[in-house]
Amino acid sequence: MLDSKIPSGPIEQKWNNRKFEGKLVNPANRRKHTVIVVGTGLAGASAAATLGEQGYRVKVFTFHESPRRAHSIAAQGGINAAKNYQNDGDSVYRLFYDTIKGGDFRAREANVYRLAEVSVNIIDQCVAQGVPFAREYGGTLTNRSFGGTQVSRTFYAKGQTGQQLLLGAYSSLMRQAGQKAIEIFPRQEMVDVIVVDGKARGIIARNLVTGELTAHTADAVILATGGYGNVFFLSTNAKQSNASACWRAYKRGAYFANPCFTQIHPTCVPVSGDYQSKLTLMSESLRNDGRVWVPLKAGEKRGPNEIPESERDYFLERMYPAFGNLVPRDIASRAAKRMCDENRGVGPTGLSVYMDFRDAIQRLGSATIAEKYGNLFAMYEKITDENPYQVPMRIFPAVHYTMGGLWVDYNLMSSIPGLFVAGEANFSDHGANRLGASALMQGLADGYFVIPYSIANYIGGTSLAPVKNNHEAALGSLAESKARIDALMKAKGGQSVDQLHRKLGKVMWEFCGMARNEAGLKGAISSIQKLKDEFANDVRIPGDEHLNSELEKANRVSDFLELGELMCLDALERKESCGGHFREEMQTPEGEALRDDKNFSHVAAWEFTGKTPKLHKEPLTFENVHLAQRSYK
Amino acid sequence: MKLHLKIWRQKGPKETGAFKDYTVDNASEHMSFLEMLDFLNTSLVQKGEEAVQFDHDCREGICGSCSLMINGNPHGPETGTATCQLHMRKFNDGDTIVIEPFRAKAFPILRDLCVDRTAFDRIMAAGGFCSINTGNAPEANSILIGKETAEKAMDSAACIGCGACVAACKNASAMLFVSAKVSQMALLPQGDPERGKRVRGMVAQMDQEMFGSCSNTGACEAACPKEIKLENIARLNREMLRATFVE
Ligand SMILES: Cc1cc2nc3c(=O)[nH]c(=O)nc-3n(C[C@H](O)[C@H](O)[C@H](O)COP(=O)(O)OP(=O)(O)OC[C@H]3O[C@@H](n4cnc5c(N)ncnc54)[C@H](O)[C@@H]3O)c2cc1C
Ligand code: SF4
Ligand code: FES
Repeated sequence: MLDSKIPSGPIEQKWNNRKFEGKLVNPANRRKHTVIVVGTGLAGASAAATLGEQGYRVKVFTFHESPRRAHSIAAQGGINAAKNYQNDGDSVYRLFYDTIKGGDFRAREANVYRLAEVSVNIIDQCVAQGVPFAREYGGTLTNRSFGGTQVSRTFYAKGQTGQQLLLGAYSSLMRQAGQKAIEIFPRQEMVDVIVVDGKARGIIARNLVTGELTAHTADAVILATGGYGNVFFLSTNAKQSNASACWRAYKRGAYFANPCFTQIHPTCVPVSGDYQSKLTLMSESLRNDGRVWVPLKAGEKRGPNEIPESERDYFLERMYPAFGNLVPRDIASRAAKRMCDENRGVGPTGLSVYMDFRDAIQRLGSATIAEKYGNLFAMYEKITDENPYQVPMRIFPAVHYTMGGLWVDYNLMSSIPGLFVAGEANFSDHGANRLGASALMQGLADGYFVIPYSIANYIGGTSLAPVKNNHEAALGSLAESKARIDALMKAKGGQSVDQLHRKLGKVMWEFCGMARNEAGLKGAISSIQKLKDEFANDVRIPGDEHLNSELEKANRVSDFLELGELMCLDALERKESCGGHFREEMQTPEGEALRDDKNFSHVAAWEFTGKTPKLHKEPLTFENVHLAQRSYK
Repeated sequence: MKLHLKIWRQKGPKETGAFKDYTVDNASEHMSFLEMLDFLNTSLVQKGEEAVQFDHDCREGICGSCSLMINGNPHGPETGTATCQLHMRKFNDGDTIVIEPFRAKAFPILRDLCVDRTAFDRIMAAGGFCSINTGNAPEANSILIGKETAEKAMDSAACIGCGACVAACKNASAMLFVSAKVSQMALLPQGDPERGKRVRGMVAQMDQEMFGSCSNTGACEAACPKEIKLENIARLNREMLRATFVE
């Protein structure tokens, strides 16, 4: 059964209680224990650095060339923390409340409260590392606002917050590497978990340069391998972000929770052609000053600057006066889709809406706007060849983040003992919709402040007999991994991996994207099953096993195909609308998501069986926040 | 548009490489440069030929993965732009484009256009940090830093570690990269306690990694996609002097 291991006591005391009750490992004994960390994004780098500082022997794996290149580097807008520096009514409790409500009441209260609690320490830690956050003239830290909140609690470093936070964590990681406390294995991809007597005891890694497969054993394994948005082919994620680490763990017994909870971000540069390889985010911070609108008239042909004020529909401000342009992402995305469905979308394809800075430029001057968003404006202009200081940006929703992920308990341990999951890879804190600037917060909370306690508690409280690299479980995993690669290399079809991946993406976007319904999901499942066969028979991977991007992609896309099917199954099973999961059958008369708390107030955790996956339900109880229909009006 | 490509192909670090000619018909001017290469690769794969290997990830100019010498320029012709943000509209129909890896002794070629830039990580491990263990940090607003200083530090911190500065330099010097990190830390009070140790450690590691010396020609600054300024190198030199005489 699923035991979330939530500590006893009132919500404010739970984390303290856990820290006090948890087992510890004496400093002299720590170096006898090896911990493997897969991934060097915010979650992985911060966890590895901290465990290294504490004296564990740490091995870090990343498929990237350098730990600093992890996808976290691309985060733009900011990181939340309940510092209340603006004296505008923020508190740990309010951040907790906003996150639970923003997630449409599908997250665990205890986890979210802890996240809000440690958020304040994160900022301290990052500043001490030399992260150059934006500041006021007086020298104190400054903040901006993000969606789904009415306070200003987002810390930022220009439009490069993820970069600066990651470089901070990376610098701590490299310090430990320099002191030989941590060994880093770059360009190595984890392809399997080694499970011995039901416990995670290591990984199989593939050296992407030489093609060699190697078993690495350890006392605990931490997956911090990011999200799976690239199932959709087109997303704002980095091109190589993938789900393989989590998927292979799923196949070894780790449950996959809420796979259908994906976030479609409202403000991305629209698709321009079928050669497109990825979509680019325009940070949510822009909604502080950008006003989103479409023409009042359907089928409008005039350019944006020719449309007078009276013929513009600032639809977010009209529909949600209390939050205006800063409604949560799922709500803003669906509203934009509705405008396009009404034939009021703009641009060559009709699949975009305007985000206009005209009024902000008049109010604050272009210099101020440039100071705040200059690099985003430049990025937009490079892609579209249009100048957003003069013409409104055109934006459209795009896949951005996955709230679902491997199921973990309060200690971030998966259903395989000894296998921990941190950052976007787990499912734990954002429910059915993540608020802006909360992923960076969660990644660093997990890595700096939660994982170290969990690892001590696990290692200190478990008897772990030594396991060698040539243990039969390791050799078995090694042989299976090799067979898989060999099978992929043997296929001699006529399609590139990308061609097949795009087909999967189209199915997912159409039927498991912004709006879902029963018939569509059922159809999608059978299309994906056909695509799997097509992939097996018709993929083509020329070349050999050393440094071959086609092989890397094939390895990942074969997992995306399986995961895509599970996402559709989960979406089919959840016959309610909540957050980013919108079942067309379940909506209010105004077209808002209609939850069914009686039947679906649970986490759906899927177990791999080899046949139809088995569904386990972890009930969610709300003792501190009153369950209510979300309203941002 | 139609393009003639001359692309460097090399099987492995120890093998000899050579240029190979390709023609791409029907590229769109709205494609990014890397999308144009994806397009080429799809057609190669369909013919059963090996795809051209190149590094990339974010495709937003921030991860520092992409590289490429394009017609002799690191990251191509557009200033302040990484290869992944370069679009084909900057080229003309019928152009011949020469595509090579970043070349430097310290960046061995792994295959085709992919090089190994882990030397940068080792330089970072030699001092590119503030020594602060998790949990040790003072309250964030207890360290006051003026807005302008914070912004200056941010400008230096914007380096993406791509290595274009090295590829552009006739001596393959890594001074711009190293100076960007040294400057960020030297500007901030958090970096102060270790400033001497940091600059000495990073510079010594840079020399050990076989990067060349700096002769102040400024090719690095011109090639840098993040417009990291030469004044960082001047600051590094001052930091070095200070470390020698003051500490
Ligand atoms: C464009 C963009 C902007 C964003 N902006 C914000 C923002 O402003 N604020 C915010 O809070 N959030 C933002 N997010 C979300 C946030 O950036 C991510 O959720 C977060 O950075 C994820 O961090 P992570 O550490 O979990 O994983 P990642 O940063 O994705 O790192 C994953 C790591 O795992 C490694 N890895 C994966 N699989 C394997 C494997 N099989 N073997 C070996 N290594 C592996 C990778 O090499 C990488 O090192 C943004 C996201 C995007 C796409
Ligand atoms: S200084 Fe510029 S060119 Fe050099 S590594 Fe940094 S970003 Fe790249
Ligand atoms: S691919 Fe990330 S900087 Fe170019």
